[in-house]
Amino acid sequence: MHKSLVSITDYSKQEILSILESARDFEVNPNRKTLDGKVIATLFFEPSTRTRLSFETAVVRLGGSIIGFSDAATSSSSKGETLNDTIHMVSCYADAIVMRHPLEGAARYAAEVSPVPIINAGDGANQHPSQTLLDLYSILKTQGTLENLTICLVGDLKYGRTVHSLIQAMSHFNPSFKFIAPDELRLPDEYRVFCRRNGIPFTEASELNDNFNDADILYMTRVQKERFLDQIEYERVKNVYTLGNDMLSGSKPNLKSLHPLPRVNEISMDVDKNEKAYYFQQAQNGLYVRQAIVSKVLELID
Amino acid sequence: MEKELKVAALRNGTVIDHIPADKLFQVVSILQLKNTNYPITIGNNLESKHIGTKGIIKIADRILSEDETGKIALVAPNATINIIGEYKVIEKRPLVPADEVHDLVYCANPVCITNHQPVPTNFYVLKDNGHVKLKCRYCEREFLREEIKLKKK
Ligand SMILES: [Zn+2]
Repeated sequence: MHKSLVSITDYSKQEILSILESARDFEVNPNRKTLDGKVIATLFFEPSTRTRLSFETAVVRLGGSIIGFSDAATSSSSKGETLNDTIHMVSCYADAIVMRHPLEGAARYAAEVSPVPIINAGDGANQHPSQTLLDLYSILKTQGTLENLTICLVGDLKYGRTVHSLIQAMSHFNPSFKFIAPDELRLPDEYRVFCRRNGIPFTEASELNDNFNDADILYMTRVQKERFLDQIEYERVKNVYTLGNDMLSGSKPNLKSLHPLPRVNEISMDVDKNEKAYYFQQAQNGLYVRQAIVSKVLELID
Repeated sequence: MEKELKVAALRNGTVIDHIPADKLFQVVSILQLKNTNYPITIGNNLESKHIGTKGIIKIADRILSEDETGKIALVAPNATINIIGEYKVIEKRPLVPADEVHDLVYCANPVCITNHQPVPTNFYVLKDNGHVKLKCRYCEREFLREEIKLKKK
C-alpha cells in the first residue's frame, strides 16, 4: 500500500518530526538528483499559483520532471471525466500526484483509487497538509522547539482550514492557544471540544489589541469579505484585526508573526521590517518541507 | 391492544417497536422491506404512552443482523427490538449504533466530493457523551444524527 498524504492527521507525531528533520536537511542542500527519472504530476483542478510553483520547484530542484495542468478549464474534467478516471489515466504516466481540488474529500477519494501516492495540495476548505507542515517547520525553526508553546491564532477561525489543521498538528506538543476572532468567525465547536478532550488550555477573545503579549507565535489569517453577510460589520472587523508595527512593542522577544499568505490588510506593511515578521521566510520554508513530503511519499526517505 | 399488536401474531421473527412515527419509513428503507418476501406487518401513527405516535414493524421468520440494528440505532435510537421465538421474546436486542456506515446516508456537506461524483459515502460513528455524531470519511466534517439524510435505495 502506497503512502499518500491527505490529511495532517494521517501522520503520527514521529512522522511529523521526521518530515521536519528532513526538511532541515533539504534546506542545507535543496539541489540534488534524488528524483532523477521520476515524473510528478501536479493536477490543479482550481488555480493556486503559489502552491503549485512551490511543489514544482521542490521537484525540479531534486531532478524530477513535472506534468499536469494548472486549472480545471484545461483538464479533462471540464469534459465531464470523473476524478476516478483522471487519476487512473495520470497514474499511467506519473510516479506521484500532487492534487488541488475545490471539492472537500476529493483527495481522500483520489488516494483510495490511485495506484500511485497522492499529495493533497488543498481540497476545498478541508485540508492542506503541506501548509500545516511548513507552519510547523517555521515554528520549530524560530522557537527551537515545538513543545510547550503559546500560540495565538487570529482572524477567520471558523473557515480557516490552516487554523484547524494547525490545532490538530500542535496537539502533539503540549501547546496553549489563544483564539482571537470576531463573533461571526469564531472557532467551531468541534475544535473547542477537541482541545478540551486533549487537555489543551485555551482562551478566547474578540479583540486583537495586545492580547498576544504572552504568545510565542502570532498566527494571522485572512478575514475574507465574502464570509460576512453584513458589509458594515466586515469594515469594522477588518480594521480591528490589522496588525501594526506599534502593536508588537509589548510582545515577547522570541515572538514571530506568521501568515499563510497572501495577505490583504491583516498585517500592515510597516511590520515587514520588524524582525518579528516571519511570513516571507515561512513561505520559503514551504519549498524544503515539500521536498521532504515528495521524498517521503516516494519512500526515498523514512 | 398494544400488546396484541406487538407479539400476538408472530411466532418467529423480529418486532421493532416504539419507532417515532416520522422515522418509520426510514427504518423500512434501511431494512429494504420493499423487496422482501418475508411476511411483514407495518403499523404507523399508533398511540404511544411514551412518544406520542409510534410505528411498529413485525417481520416473520427473519432475525435482524447486528449490522441492521446498528443502522436502525442511528435513526431511531429509542426503538425496541425484540427477537421472537415460539411466540416468546427470546432476545432483547440493544440498539448500539454501528461504528461505520457504508453508503447508507448522504453527506450533509454540499461541497463534499460524495455529492458530486459517483463515490459511495462512508461515515465513522462517533459517540460523545451520549451524542452520536457521524464523521464523513472524505470531507472530514462531523454531523449530528438529526442532520443526515438517508439514501433512497
Ligand atoms: Zn462529506
